[in-house]
Amino acid sequence: MKRAFPILGVLTAVLLSYGLYEALVAAPTEQTMGDVQRIFYYHVSSAWTAFLLFTINFVASVIYLIRRSPVADPVAVVTAEVGLVFCTVVLVTGPIWARPVWGIWWTWDVRLTSTLVLWLIYVSYLMLRRFSTSGQTPLLAAVLAVFGALDVPLVYFSIWFFRTQHPQPVIGGGGSIDSRMMHALLINWLAFLCFAFLVCWSRYRLEMLRREVEEIQSQKSMFEARGAR
Amino acid sequence: MSLISNITAATLAKDIRLEWRSKDAINSMLFFGLLVVVVFSFSFDPIAEESRRIAGGLVWVAFLFAAVVALNQTWAREVRNQVLDAYRVSPAPANSLFLAKALGNFLFVIVLEALMTPLFIVFYKLRALGPAWMLIPIAVLGTWALVVNGSFFAAMSLRTRAREIMLPLLLFPISLPAILAMVRATTAILTADEPAKFWIVLLVAYDVVFTTACLLLFETVLQAE
Repeated sequence: MKRAFPILGVLTAVLLSYGLYEALVAAPTEQTMGDVQRIFYYHVSSAWTAFLLFTINFVASVIYLIRRSPVADPVAVVTAEVGLVFCTVVLVTGPIWARPVWGIWWTWDVRLTSTLVLWLIYVSYLMLRRFSTSGQTPLLAAVLAVFGALDVPLVYFSIWFFRTQHPQPVIGGGGSIDSRMMHALLINWLAFLCFAFLVCWSRYRLEMLRREVEEIQSQKSMFEARGAR
Repeated sequence: MSLISNITAATLAKDIRLEWRSKDAINSMLFFGLLVVVVFSFSFDPIAEESRRIAGGLVWVAFLFAAVVALNQTWAREVRNQVLDAYRVSPAPANSLFLAKALGNFLFVIVLEALMTPLFIVFYKLRALGPAWMLIPIAVLGTWALVVNGSFFAAMSLRTRAREIMLPLLLFPISLPAILAMVRATTAILTADEPAKFWIVLLVAYDVVFTTACLLLFETVLQAE
């Protein structure tokens, strides 16, 4: 297990460099948008990674609510934090692309708004964890994650009522994409997934260590209190 | 079922009596709401045509902020004398307590809205071009959407530092679709540009989804200590 970590690290580095080459050099330039379009490989890969992590967060939260499993909660913390970082990347790269292509930085379109609301919900999720004083932080956070998951479809549905400006999804949305572009996108997504997994893994180990230290400290203070009496 | 309704009625009657005698929540909400109306009014000073377009947003932002004032006080009385601890060990169903609190807050915020609406009409020269009676179901559904989650998150933020700040931080992101629906529906009625039906349906869906979620999860949150 210990040895797998550096191997995964090297693999991630290789994939990320290959992905960079694919995105900037190998993939053909888009006809109308030009080179700006290349941000797509990072934007979309980050979006998929973030949504995947938030889904894992939701599943882990539900498992925690049902079984109070001691593994589910650290998984939920880790996926929320790393997912929020990827979601931030999506929200930053989106406007950078939108300004030259649409002529505006931001619009209240269905995908943009849902992503922003998702981002806001997970910021409040992490704030709750940070500010919570009770030993029941995992429980309260899991409840909030469930509320957030109920909220996102409602946001999506409410904005969907207006016409949407965001390009239709290239996969399963009826759009067509050059196979070399698709290749670059998938390589980048794979690289991002490896990277996300790597960060989640080390963050998970850190979280477990932190909990262990907390446990030992509380045991120690109990022991000392007994000795002083 | 009758046990739930009895306890709900008793808790609600107690809260209303306490509020009637102290008038803490309603006074602070009213004054706060009044301040928001005045500040918005003289910072924009809109003509009748403009105010029709922006009033939906202003009204609901004012009500939202004022409601947070009341919501923050929801559980304060119960915490002070360990009433909540007594409630935890009693066999009374948790949801009856939650319903009483949510209904109490609903009542306070509705009273606030009834008193503030004339002020808005005066300051913003409002006259609805659409069917004005439709504003009543919108207000009822919208207020319930705010207070049901508000009462729930107020209970959650009891166990946090800086709990008065925590409540809006938890409540606002989740309430975004409801706020959008209330504002859009109100604007639709005031300007008569588009039908408000979709937004009312959305509010109903929001209310049903989150009332169910609150009732299912409140016991878990109440027992978390």
